[in-house]
Amino acid sequence: MFKKEINPAPKQKLKSSVQRSLRQALLSTYPLMTPYIDEILPKKGSLESMKLPDRNTLYVLDNVPLFYQQDTGEVMPHLRLVHRFPQAFPTIRIDRGAIRFVLSGATLMAPGLTSKGGRLPVEGAAPKLEEGKELDQKVDEDGRWSRELEKGEPVVIMAEGKEEACAVGVLVAGTAEVKAKGKGPVVEDAHFLGDGLWNLGTE
Amino acid sequence: MADSEQPEISSEPQSRHVTYCGVCTLPPEYCEYGGTVKKCQEWLQENHPTLYERIWSPEALEAATAALSVDAQKRAARDAQKKTAKAEAAEAKQADKLAKSVVTIKRIERNKKKFVTAVIGLEAFGLELKKVAKDLGKKFATGSSVTKVPSGGEEIVVQGDVSDELHDFLLEKYKDIPEDNIELVDDKKKKKATSG
Repeated sequence: MFKKEINPAPKQKLKSSVQRSLRQALLSTYPLMTPYIDEILPKKGSLESMKLPDRNTLYVLDNVPLFYQQDTGEVMPHLRLVHRFPQAFPTIRIDRGAIRFVLSGATLMAPGLTSKGGRLPVEGAAPKLEEGKELDQKVDEDGRWSRELEKGEPVVIMAEGKEEACAVGVLVAGTAEVKAKGKGPVVEDAHFLGDGLWNLGTE
Repeated sequence: MADSEQPEISSEPQSRHVTYCGVCTLPPEYCEYGGTVKKCQEWLQENHPTLYERIWSPEALEAATAALSVDAQKRAARDAQKKTAKAEAAEAKQADKLAKSVVTIKRIERNKKKFVTAVIGLEAFGLELKKVAKDLGKKFATGSSVTKVPSGGEEIVVQGDVSDELHDFLLEKYKDIPEDNIELVDDKKKKKATSG
């Protein structure tokens, strides 16, 4: 999505009501963020927004990019935020061979996840998010998420042998489907390390 | 971004502080994909020796590549080589371009005794014309703007004859520009008519 360099645009201060609704949206999309929300979005902080190409909006707090949103779609975390709070987002992991493709903006394909180095949610994982149990989902020691992720969910992409996340994107195929089929695209149009959004100056 | 060592304002323990490479801005473990591996390594060794030890020590490298098949390893090596070559070529080209590009300071006669000073070619040194124009305006307390030239591209036009001061100012403020690459030109009325 951000393969090309982006030029910084002027920032606008957000109304506090917009900030509140954004906060709500975030908590419903990322229930795991609840413990950190006050640290990510302090009540007093003045959040700013920046318009980016392709109807994307970037939310910036004190010159630190936090989230971006395309049109009215899901609010996605910026990778710098993911690096600060890796526990707050569901993850999948790609094998070593796929890293360089993802980091040059390729669509993430299923083999990168189903191979030995890749990690999809654990076998027999709960297919749905249970009501009231949102905070119980987590990543196990092996790097597998504790429930199946659905199509359209935002997901953080980790990499084999690396500690930090390398991309963020929306699943175009549920993880259960990926396991079953083993081929085809999984994440399209991701925000990855070193892309235009990553290199965007927000000063 | 260069200095992520600084404690951030939020002092709560949850937030992690990731060190980013000062050369390619990625987390150091991803430097190998950035194309400026050599520079990144040097930077990391200098600034974060412990991290360097962890990522680039022979044992770590071996462990990292052990999982790959021989074929894949070869491919990765070749790929890395290609990328480095590309990055190096790009860099050399950039340096070459920098050495060749000239900043022209042109004094243009506007009305017998009145002049404007045009600065052409600053963008080659990676400067943002708009910001520089603002600085110049502040420095000389005159109007200073970025104007498009008919041949495409942009130049900075400062009101008044400030060519000599501007020459010194550029040298002092932007050390990237070698003195020999700054050229002073006096434009007489005749030429002005053509350039509009």
